[in-house]
Amino acid sequence: MRRLFVLSSAFAFSGSAAVAQAAKSVASHAAQAQAPAASGDLLPDEQIQQVLNRLTFGARPGDVATVRKMGIDKWIDWQLHPERIDDRATDALMAKYPVLNMKTADIVKNYNVVQQLQRQVKKADAGDSTVDKKDIRRDALTQNPQLAQLAKSNQQMVGEIQSASLARAVSTDRQLDEVMVDFWENHFSVYAGKGQTRLFLAQYDKDVIRPNALGKFRDLLGAVAKSPAMLFFLDNWQSAADSTHPTLVARNNGRAGGRGANVRRPGIGRFPGQLPPAAQARLANATPAQRQQLLQRAQQQAKRGLNENYARELMELHTLGVDGGYTQKDVQEVARALTGWTFNRQNGEFVFNPAIHDAGPKTILGKQFPAGHGQDEGEAVLDLIAREPATAHFITTKLARYFVSDDPPPALVDRCANTFSKTDGDIRETVRCVITSPEFFSRAAYRAKVKTPFQVVASALRAVDALPDTTPRTAQLVAKLGEPIFGRQTPDGWPDRGDAWMNTGAILNRINFGLSLAAGQLPGARLNNWPQFDSLRTLPRAQQVDGVVNSMLGGQVSAETRDVLMSGSNPMLSSPTVQGGAANDINGMVPDPNADAMGGADGTRGADGTRAARGAQAKQAAGGKGFPRGAAAQIPGFGRQVNLQGLPQVVGLALGAPEFQRR
Amino acid sequence: MERRVFMKSGAMALATMGLSPSFLRRTVFAQDLVKGAALNGNARGKVMIVLFQRGAADALNVVVPHGEKAYYAMRPTIAIPRPVSGSAATAIDLDGFFGLHPSLAPFKRLWDDGILAPVHAVGSPSNTRSHFDAQDYMESGTPDNKGTRDGWLNRYLAVKGTCDECHLNDAQAPAVSPFQAVAMTPQTPRILEGPAPSVAMNSLDEFTIRTNGTQAERIEALYRTGNADVVHAAGGEMFEAMKVLKSANPLQYQPQNGADYPKSPFGNHLRQIAQLIKADVGLEIAFADVGGWDTHVNQGGATGQLAGRLDDFSKSIAALVQDMGNRMADVTILTMSEFGRTAHQNGNGGTDHGHATAMFVIGGDVKGKKVHGRWPGLEANQLNEGRDLALTTDFRSVFSEVAFKHLGAAKMDAVFPGYEGTQSKWLGIL
Repeated sequence: MRRLFVLSSAFAFSGSAAVAQAAKSVASHAAQAQAPAASGDLLPDEQIQQVLNRLTFGARPGDVATVRKMGIDKWIDWQLHPERIDDRATDALMAKYPVLNMKTADIVKNYNVVQQLQRQVKKADAGDSTVDKKDIRRDALTQNPQLAQLAKSNQQMVGEIQSASLARAVSTDRQLDEVMVDFWENHFSVYAGKGQTRLFLAQYDKDVIRPNALGKFRDLLGAVAKSPAMLFFLDNWQSAADSTHPTLVARNNGRAGGRGANVRRPGIGRFPGQLPPAAQARLANATPAQRQQLLQRAQQQAKRGLNENYARELMELHTLGVDGGYTQKDVQEVARALTGWTFNRQNGEFVFNPAIHDAGPKTILGKQFPAGHGQDEGEAVLDLIAREPATAHFITTKLARYFVSDDPPPALVDRCANTFSKTDGDIRETVRCVITSPEFFSRAAYRAKVKTPFQVVASALRAVDALPDTTPRTAQLVAKLGEPIFGRQTPDGWPDRGDAWMNTGAILNRINFGLSLAAGQLPGARLNNWPQFDSLRTLPRAQQVDGVVNSMLGGQVSAETRDVLMSGSNPMLSSPTVQGGAANDINGMVPDPNADAMGGADGTRGADGTRAARGAQAKQAAGGKGFPRGAAAQIPGFGRQVNLQGLPQVVGLALGAPEFQRR
Repeated sequence: MERRVFMKSGAMALATMGLSPSFLRRTVFAQDLVKGAALNGNARGKVMIVLFQRGAADALNVVVPHGEKAYYAMRPTIAIPRPVSGSAATAIDLDGFFGLHPSLAPFKRLWDDGILAPVHAVGSPSNTRSHFDAQDYMESGTPDNKGTRDGWLNRYLAVKGTCDECHLNDAQAPAVSPFQAVAMTPQTPRILEGPAPSVAMNSLDEFTIRTNGTQAERIEALYRTGNADVVHAAGGEMFEAMKVLKSANPLQYQPQNGADYPKSPFGNHLRQIAQLIKADVGLEIAFADVGGWDTHVNQGGATGQLAGRLDDFSKSIAALVQDMGNRMADVTILTMSEFGRTAHQNGNGGTDHGHATAMFVIGGDVKGKKVHGRWPGLEANQLNEGRDLALTTDFRSVFSEVAFKHLGAAKMDAVFPGYEGTQSKWLGIL
């Protein structure tokens, strides 16, 4: 049925729509949208919009023409095979991020070196309260530029990763692949602010999520289960068999000899530290401070025993879903099966440690797991869970909610869950089922989704063909809108329903974001670079509005919005000022170059000079270091009042319009 | 009634059934507020201010057990000396056994006025020594349960004083202010996560459309189309809220009664909370946090690192109390920290992650002049795991008592699911 429409769409459009022509089609669409079009299929142009809205981070100039030329079916298939899409420009862009190109072992090493410095500073400072810690640190860094570089990169790590996420979403031609990365990184959410999780984020994105985003679900699940980011975030790295259970290898093996010598130090000897061999080796070379830390860690680990955190979220959030038919007993049994799944603290590589693996028999989801097994047991558990019908249903529901609507039609979910099961969890085929369905192309699903903060920022930047910003600044606007990248504290990821993130404060920040972009305050996002800017700026207001509606609002707006974009007047709002001086700022100019973000002084009103302190405080507040929060202030001028005229004004209004908040 | 359920069932459908969706009620409320604030400010209600000391404050040097010999034995260089009248370098005696850190001098007046109630040996029953986990538990209100998605303050707002269904069926349900819950933080804090609406912001002047009036009115017009979907509704709500705030005139605010807020982020945040309360914008829950308490190294004694933090902390809070004047009758301040610190000082002149902590409850209806909570003692056999102040009061006992008695919260089983101790374990702080 949809196929017919696609054919007719290819037929109907020549692909060389001039502005005036586009304006006509806008007008007709506007009329269409006002008709009670509650039912009926999408028009060919609307199908293209639907595809670009949902399978990309928003249309860039030229994207509509590309889809029209290729045909929707072919375009979808092309996007479902990212490996066939040349993406060298994005690869080159990613090369600019040091952290993405470092080995995890080196990231960890640098982190340790910097930690070492921090400890020295604290030591030097202990007992002498007149010495300023910052001075000692600064001296140390000045004397050692290499160390300074390490400290800097250590501090900037999360900002770089956030920036890379956004830059890639803005620039890549493998849009659907990137959309899937966004989906999975939220599904398998980890929090950058929890301890050392951030050291493993680059690896998580590059080696865990990205290669599997359209692959087999079981492969993705396994990669996540073994990733240092998830092992650390959900504590499985330190989950050990309870003392009442046998381990695969006797607990005392390999450590009886050396232990006493290392442990017998003043103040520490009282801890019954039980150390695995790897830790023993590290102890031998450790400084006293490191040694104390290692011993405490080992002690905590020995005391903690079984940790159910990952096992629970594995079933509740990653696979079966909260109503997936498992019990608390199943959670415990899965946790036992996954004891010993940990990682090498030096290089982040997955390690199975038989000395803490619970070797007893288990029963999981009614299936017997005999005693005496090791890593293979965890693999078998993942096999079992990944193939449960509840998992097919849960994953498909989330995909359908992401791509189609907040309450996806049950028939669609059932059908595509069936595809998931029949293809042994093939993500590509399940996604194909969802995004080529009649439900996807239904009137009910059209513009039914509210954009997430990430989608708002990415789609606005794409609409004006912005150059990706490789500094952390633009990505921090995503945080400003409420959902910092890798910043969800709880493991459930950001809510996947629009009403969860659309509220009073959120809408305000979105409107201000649009104004800043239109005013040229965002690095890389200059309207002058927008291909349509030059052709539109000298045209009458009506044509400017058409051009902006086409580029940013998918070619369709309500009559009310169009009226406001035209003149600012609105019958529902009886304000004389609005009706007054509106319609005459045709041909307005680019905003004052001084309003440009990069050069100006911080014009934030009410700036209290306490931002730095606030930042440090927030770091501590998060219980983790180096996680930037509330950092929009780092864009100089962001937050300053902007006064827009002419075309930038239309753009600012369009980006602040309700229509832009939807996709 | 959960906001998201409303959206799901469709605002329009409810409206045609003669029901008023919550956001429409809120908008109506905001309009009333603009009028009300202008007329006589009749939107006064009870307010709870929740302050989180992130990083685990050292309870034993905050509310000092100067009557405990073991305290001085375990802390040779960082203990706060026994009270000496007139000395600024010793504990400020409260009851002959406990005293305040000298940097908490501004709290002494609150104690004397009977509106300050320290609670000692209180905290989370969880054994975790992770900042992240412990803060998470204190904010979710469910220790050792990582599955809780919302915060306890949000659950209070979602269920307060209602039966499960009556909101839905009660056209007369009270209107809700857009500012019923405000966090002075960059993002919504964990403690306010959940379905009930709340606003998070760094400062009040941030809550404005950053363009000139005409352009702002144009944007407002975009959202005033009579459309009732979630985007338009949130937009309409936001513009009402902005008007409400404008009537509070944040840039012109002058603290009253000679209150002098420190020019610190924390002081600024409390000043703005006071401002919102006095503006009668319907604020019921306010939240702010303050860091710098993780004093592993060189924490100092009567002076030094911790003293500096406490100075800012107590001066900010005391300024708010002074600023509020008689209005403190309606206000309760509740302070908390994720856990306490080790009873022994460590080798670096600091303290490490411990267990039980201390809180302050401050307000007009507080039973003051008493350090609440059972004191477990500091002898070796009385310590938790041989190293920390033991816990005698579950934090949920304090939270639920304050929420129930001050705010009139019902449905405690929904606010603190799985907690059995409600009412029976209350300390009588209010």
